[in-house]
Amino acid sequence: MELTDTPQEAAFRAELRAWLADVLPKLPPKPDPNDWPGRRAYDCGWQRMLYDAGYAGLQWPEDAGGRGATPIEHLIYLEETEAAGAPYVGAGFVGLLHAGPTIAAEGTPEQRRRWLHPILRGDEVWCQGFSEPDAGSDLASLRTRAVRDGDEYVISGSKIWTSHAEAADWCELLVRTDPEAKKHRGITWLAMPMDAPGVTVRPLRTLAGSTEFAEVFLDEVRVPVENRLGEENDGWRVSMVTLSFERGTAFAGEVVACRRTLRELAAAARANGRWDDPVLRRRLGRLSGEFGALWRLVQWNVSQGAPGPGGSVFKLRYSQARQELYEAAAAVLGPDALDWDQEWTADRLSSLSYTIAAGTTQIQLGIIAERILGLPKGR
Amino acid sequence: MSDVDFRLTDDQRALRQGMRELLDGRFGREALRAAADADGLDRELWRELGEAGLFTLRVPEADGGVGLGLPEAVLVFEEAGRALVPGPLVATHLAGARAEPGSVVTAVWEEGGLVDHLADADYVLAGDGLLPAEPVRAAAEPVRSVDPLTPLHRSAGTAGPRAVHEAALLTAALQLGTAGWAMDAAVAYAKEREQFGRPIGSFQAVQHLCARLLVRAEPARAAVYAAAVTGDPGEIAAAKLLADEAAVAGMRDCLQVHGGMGFTWEADVHLHLKRAWLRAEQWQRAGVAEEELAAAL
Ligand SMILES: Cc1cc2nc3c(=O)[nH]c(=O)nc-3n(C[C@H](O)[C@H](O)[C@H](O)COP(=O)(O)OP(=O)(O)OC[C@H]3O[C@@H](n4cnc5c(N)ncnc54)[C@H](O)[C@@H]3O)c2cc1C
Repeated sequence: MELTDTPQEAAFRAELRAWLADVLPKLPPKPDPNDWPGRRAYDCGWQRMLYDAGYAGLQWPEDAGGRGATPIEHLIYLEETEAAGAPYVGAGFVGLLHAGPTIAAEGTPEQRRRWLHPILRGDEVWCQGFSEPDAGSDLASLRTRAVRDGDEYVISGSKIWTSHAEAADWCELLVRTDPEAKKHRGITWLAMPMDAPGVTVRPLRTLAGSTEFAEVFLDEVRVPVENRLGEENDGWRVSMVTLSFERGTAFAGEVVACRRTLRELAAAARANGRWDDPVLRRRLGRLSGEFGALWRLVQWNVSQGAPGPGGSVFKLRYSQARQELYEAAAAVLGPDALDWDQEWTADRLSSLSYTIAAGTTQIQLGIIAERILGLPKGR
Repeated sequence: MSDVDFRLTDDQRALRQGMRELLDGRFGREALRAAADADGLDRELWRELGEAGLFTLRVPEADGGVGLGLPEAVLVFEEAGRALVPGPLVATHLAGARAEPGSVVTAVWEEGGLVDHLADADYVLAGDGLLPAEPVRAAAEPVRSVDPLTPLHRSAGTAGPRAVHEAALLTAALQLGTAGWAMDAAVAYAKEREQFGRPIGSFQAVQHLCARLLVRAEPARAAVYAAAVTGDPGEIAAAKLLADEAAVAGMRDCLQVHGGMGFTWEADVHLHLKRAWLRAEQWQRAGVAEEELAAAL
């Protein structure tokens, strides 16, 4: 057990820190949450800066256009960028953290060439079209249909909760190609251009007020067969590669952000007098311990190798801790927490989705019970 | 090779395995139940644990110890916690080479003046020094302990040990062992006990109780191991908080999974729960650890 940087890691950390100190002050102001062209430009602009400086796709393999950094260097990257207050991946989330890694793992050389480079440069934005109105937790029951017609698939159906659909160029889409097969067996992964004829995006307003996600209606959309990742009907396995990425380290940097928020909360409570309340103080102290442990858990998971079901433990615990963080923020603010323009109110609202998106808390508990603890399959 | 690496070395693995085998052989279920009915500590077992290095693990080799560090200590304490070994393990370990081999060393807790195993103790660890136990005992009042395996006294006026953070970390490691026991026992029972014609572990409500056991134990483990490596007081406070919760809430859920059986004296469940309660009150209780973490914000 060792927890200090090697000389090489220390050098990487120092180089990154210096670069961040140089570029972050030059960033443009953050756009309004409802200004999608502005958000896309901001997020992609940041990605381009990372690309030009050699930090894009840090942990991706070199033959996928990445830098082939070690998982620990990737954690250092997350730690330093968050600590410096660098922009979040934002619109780049799906491309950089779901679709990209899936393409890197499962794509042909041709597909990797076509899609990975534009993701890394911030030229193309991806969204994830998995969930459907009748297929949420039970994702494998999805019904959006794709029928082969020569060297194209013709797709009809609808997707829902598609984050960043308004800004996206591509959608990683799960479709049903064999309605006769058992539900996990008849699914295929396709890359769909969002500007293809027959694609209609209808933004949905979230309780946080902005249009984070959308419904996507597909009416006889034609997608070339060469846009298929893996074999026909093998899309469930292909997409699971993606989901394990998501639960592994996708939220790791957020833990660092939470620790920063916690220090800000303590400062605010000291300023407004609520720090004198031992209940509040201890609540913040416990959260500090919690986020410290969560960061160690990320390191632990990373040092044990590939992200597996262990990612579920982290995802579950992190999402609840982060919700508790903003509840504590509300306690620090008191009645001011009802003012939408207060600093942590928007975060408190957004955080309500964390125990739902990317597999609900109940679904994660089921995964842990059956796949890690080996309890009998249940109902 | 990266230095941020939680993987245990071969030596660490062997050490943990050795302690587990010793305890399996020497302090299995029957021995545990016999200890629960016995008066006083099994000095023979105490001596064997000492010979296995439990108390001198961190004493330099030149002084007759094993010359290892906190990470190794945490690994063997976790095993001792899992086996529910009775006795003032932490205080005796902190006394190290200052007490002659085989002696029992206890200490007065931070708050409330409780002291465990005082009747069996040869010494009391106070500040950095060892006091003979006899005068402390003469001035102490016995308490009817909730934990059948841990006799308690109330003692006024004797200082606690100075190494409170190390005591908290080692206690957290014991709690981690209990959290692991809770999970194993709950999962095993959930697989074997049948109701409505199927294992209760197939009921989602039971599955989620079991899953929560792991969700509490894993971050606690990461926190305890990390704190053992860094020795940082803040990380130790976090480790104690999380390990206490993993052990206490874990044992509560374990009891729930066992149904009526869990409420019996005969099942071991209550012994582990009561010890978890006890350790949660020792060395950096929740309020203390939380205040320490808050102060650092
Ligand atoms: C902010 C946000 C962004 C999202 N972005 C995307 C995206 O970009 N792309 C995408 O494809 N999807 C996205 N999703 C969808 C997300 O993956 C689903 O919301 C999630 O999988 C849950 O599905 P559902 O909403 O249909 O809820 P349901 O599955 O209907 O669940 C409702 C309730 O029932 C519980 N439940 C369901 N099944 C079980 C069971 N077997 N056992 C116990 N409890 C159960 C759930 O835990 C939940 O509490 C997003 C969601 C949110 C909130």
